[in-house]
Amino acid sequence: MSLRTFELEIMRYDPDKDSEPRFETFSVPCEEDWVVLDAVNYVKDNLDRTLSYRWSCHMAVCGSCGMMINGEPSLSCKTFMRHMPDKIRIEPLANFPIERDLVVVMDDFMDKLASVKPYLVAKEKKAVEDGSYLQSPAQLKKFKQYTLCINCTLCYSACPQYALGEGFVGPAALALAHRYNLDSRDVGRSARADVVASNEGIWECSFVGACSEVCPEHVDPAGAIQQTKIASTLDYFKDLITPGRDK
Amino acid sequence: MEMTTTDIVIVGAGGAGLRAAIAIAESNPDLKIALLSKVYPMRSHTVAAEGGAAGVAKDEDSLDNHFNDTVSGGDWLCDQDAVDLFVEQAPKELTQMEHWGCPWSRTSDGKVAVRPFGGMKIERTWYAADKTGFHMLHTLFQTSMQYPSIERYDEYYTTDLLMVDGACRGVAAIEMRTGQMRLFRAKAVIICTGGAGRVFPFTTNGAIKTGDGMAMAYRAGVALKDMEFVQYHPTGLPGTGILITEGSRGEGGILVNNDGYRYLQDYNLGPPDPWPRKKAMELGPRDRLSQAFWHEQKKGRTISTPHGDVVHLDLRHLGEKKINERLPMVRDLAISYVGVDPVKEPIPVRPVVHYTMGGIDTDIDAKTAVPGLFAAGECACVSINGANRLGSNSLTELLVFGSRAGRGAAEVAMAESTHVDESAIEKAAEEARAKVTGLFQNVGGGETISGLRKDMNSTMEEGAGIYRTEESLKDTCVTMKEIHARFANIDLEDKSNVYNTDLLQALELGAMIDVARAMAVSALNRQESRGSHQRLDFVERDDEKFLRHSLASYAGADDPGVDYRDVVITRSQPAERVYGGDQK
Repeated sequence: MSLRTFELEIMRYDPDKDSEPRFETFSVPCEEDWVVLDAVNYVKDNLDRTLSYRWSCHMAVCGSCGMMINGEPSLSCKTFMRHMPDKIRIEPLANFPIERDLVVVMDDFMDKLASVKPYLVAKEKKAVEDGSYLQSPAQLKKFKQYTLCINCTLCYSACPQYALGEGFVGPAALALAHRYNLDSRDVGRSARADVVASNEGIWECSFVGACSEVCPEHVDPAGAIQQTKIASTLDYFKDLITPGRDK
Repeated sequence: MEMTTTDIVIVGAGGAGLRAAIAIAESNPDLKIALLSKVYPMRSHTVAAEGGAAGVAKDEDSLDNHFNDTVSGGDWLCDQDAVDLFVEQAPKELTQMEHWGCPWSRTSDGKVAVRPFGGMKIERTWYAADKTGFHMLHTLFQTSMQYPSIERYDEYYTTDLLMVDGACRGVAAIEMRTGQMRLFRAKAVIICTGGAGRVFPFTTNGAIKTGDGMAMAYRAGVALKDMEFVQYHPTGLPGTGILITEGSRGEGGILVNNDGYRYLQDYNLGPPDPWPRKKAMELGPRDRLSQAFWHEQKKGRTISTPHGDVVHLDLRHLGEKKINERLPMVRDLAISYVGVDPVKEPIPVRPVVHYTMGGIDTDIDAKTAVPGLFAAGECACVSINGANRLGSNSLTELLVFGSRAGRGAAEVAMAESTHVDESAIEKAAEEARAKVTGLFQNVGGGETISGLRKDMNSTMEEGAGIYRTEESLKDTCVTMKEIHARFANIDLEDKSNVYNTDLLQALELGAMIDVARAMAVSALNRQESRGSHQRLDFVERDDEKFLRHSLASYAGADDPGVDYRDVVITRSQPAERVYGGDQK
C-alpha cells in the first residue's frame, strides 16, 4: 500500500484556552485508499489526543463528520485523500458557532428541524390491527428522494441565506417538510405552512442552489423549496378565490 | 451537582431508545422522560442497518415459520417463550412504523414489500430499499418530536447507573459541551446503548458502539448473558469493514471463491441450483457462511488483497435496474470505498464482526434483575437471538422490546409514588464523579488509549474470532486482564472541559475492556461449538452440558465468574440445523 504524506492544516479552538480560533499543521502519512476522516483519526491517535471532532459510521449515513475541507462543506468519511492536493485545510462547518475545534453547535439546526413538524399527520388514527396504508410505488417515488436527508448540515454550511443569520429555516428542514407534505398518507401540510411559508421559510430562499450541490445524498433541497413555493402560491390564490376552503 | 428529576431515564437514543420513549409517552403523557445520548439521535448506529426488519407479512407464511427459523438459526439457544412473543409482536410493530410514515418499499398493488434473508423459509423482511435502519431511525426520531414529555439530552455521556438500596434510581452523565457532571434522578432507567463490535478490530460497527451500557449494567451487578456469541457478517468490504447487506443475496447475489466457484455447496448448504432458493447456499445463516469463508481461506481458495483475503459477491446478473432500485446504497458504497461497480464487477467481501448476540441479562419484559432497571435492543439479551441471530431480526427486536421496556418502565414509574431521597442519590453521583476526576489525575503512567485499544482489538481477533481454542482463549483472557490493569496507567492529554473526546474515549475503552473480558471468559468456559461460537477443540454441540445461557458476573480486576441458566424450551426440541437440500 503506497503512502503519501499530506499537510493537514486543522482549525483549533478551545474556549477554555483560546480567545480565537487558530490553525495547527500536522504531517500525516496516508494510505492510498484513505478518506480525510482516516487522516484526522491518525492525528487523534498518534499526534494530538486533544483534537475534537465528531464521527461514527465511516460510511456516509450517520451524518456526523461534516467539515469544511479546502473550503467545501464535505463529509470527511467520503472525501478521498487520493483526490486531494498535498496541503489540506480543515475547518468546522461554516455558518455554525464553533463549540470546540471541528465540533459545531447544532442547537439552531435541531430547533429548525423540529419546527416544521416533521412527522406524519394522518387523517384519522388507524389501529395497528387494521393493517398498513396502501401506497403505490409511484406515490412512494414522489417523496422518496426527500426522505434521504442524513441531517449532516452541509447544506446549511453552503447556504448564503442561512449565513446571514436572520432565522432562515434552511434547506434540510424545508426539504423534510416537503417530504411529509408529498406523502400520500399525510394531511399535515396546512399545519406545517405556519413555518414553511412564513417569512423565515421558503420565501427567504434566493435559489442559489448551493445546498443541492453539496448534498452527499442528492436530496436536492433547492428543488424541494421551489416546489413548495409553487404549491404555496397556488394555495394563496385558491384562498383568494374560495375563502375558508377546506385545506 | 446539578440534578434533574424525571420519571424515566433512557440511556441511548437509537431505535430501541426512541421506541421506548414513544411507548412511554403514549402510555402516559404525564410521565416525564429524559432521553440521554452520547450522540444526536440520528447518529445512532441503527442508522447503518441496511437490509430490513423481519415480520410475517405473506399469507403463505406463519408465526410458526418465523419462530422455527429464529430458533434453529439461533442453534436452539433462544428462549422459546420470548421468540413466540417476538414473532407475534413483529408485524404489529412494523405496521406501527408504517403508520408513522416509514417509507417501506412497496409492491405494485401498494402493499408493503418483503424480501428473503438468510435462514428464512418464506420471505418476511420488510425493507426500505437498502437503507432500512436509516429510515426506521429517522422515522422514530421525527415521530418522537411530537411528544412534549420526551426531553432530549443530546451529547450527554452516561458514566454510571445510580443505585439506592439495591434499586436503580438514576444515572450520572457528563454534559459534553461543558464537561459538567449531571445527576438524573428517576424512578426507572432503560438502557438502549447498542452493541460492542468495536471490541474487535474489523467491524461493521460505528465508532460509537463501545458497549457503554453493557459495562454500566455489568458493574452495577447485572450479569452479561451469552457474551461468547459474536456474529460475523459474511460480507463486509475489506479495509473499512463497511457492511454489504444480506439483502444483496436475498435479491439473488452469489458468493464465489478464487476459481469463480460457488464454494458454499461444499459446506452442507448446496446444491447451488435452482437459485435463488430459500435457506440454501448464499441464503444460509450468517454463522455458517462466515465459517465457510474461514475454511476456504485455509484451503487457499480465497483471493488475497492488501486488506486481507476476500471472496467475491457477484450481483452482475441482477442487472443495473434492479441493483439501482433495490440496492442503491450497496452500489454507491462499493464504487466509493473499493472502486468496484457491482453492475460491472463482483464486490470483494470478507467476514466482519457485526453483532453481539449477548448482552445485559433481561427477562421477556426487558427487565433486569436490578429493580427499576430495563434494557432493550442490541445491548440486551432476552434472548431471542440465541447463538446466532437471524438476519433482519434485530431491527424488529429493537421495536418489540424497546416498546415493551418503555411500557414496563412506565408501570414502575406510575407505581412509585415518590422519588428517592436527594442525599442518597447525590452520594452515589459523587462516587461516579470521583471516578472521572480520578482519570484526570493520572500522571506519568505512559499508557495511551490508542495503544491499549489496538492491543485489545488484536488479542480479541486472535483469540476469540470465528474459530477458537482453549489455548487461544486462555491467551486472550490473560492479555485482557493485563490490559485491564494497564488501563489504570492511561494519561489524559486533554484537560479541557469542552467536548473532551480524550476523556470520552478513555471511558469508552474502559467499558470495552470489561465487555471484552466477559466475552473471552464466557467463550473459554463454553466447551462446545454452537452457532457463532466455534471451538476447534470441542467441535460438537453439547446439549447435555450447554443448552444453557452463560451469565458472566463482574469481578473487578479478576476474571468474571460464569454461571449458567437453562434455556426455555417450549415446543421445539434441539435438532440438527438443516440448510440447503432440494426444498424450494
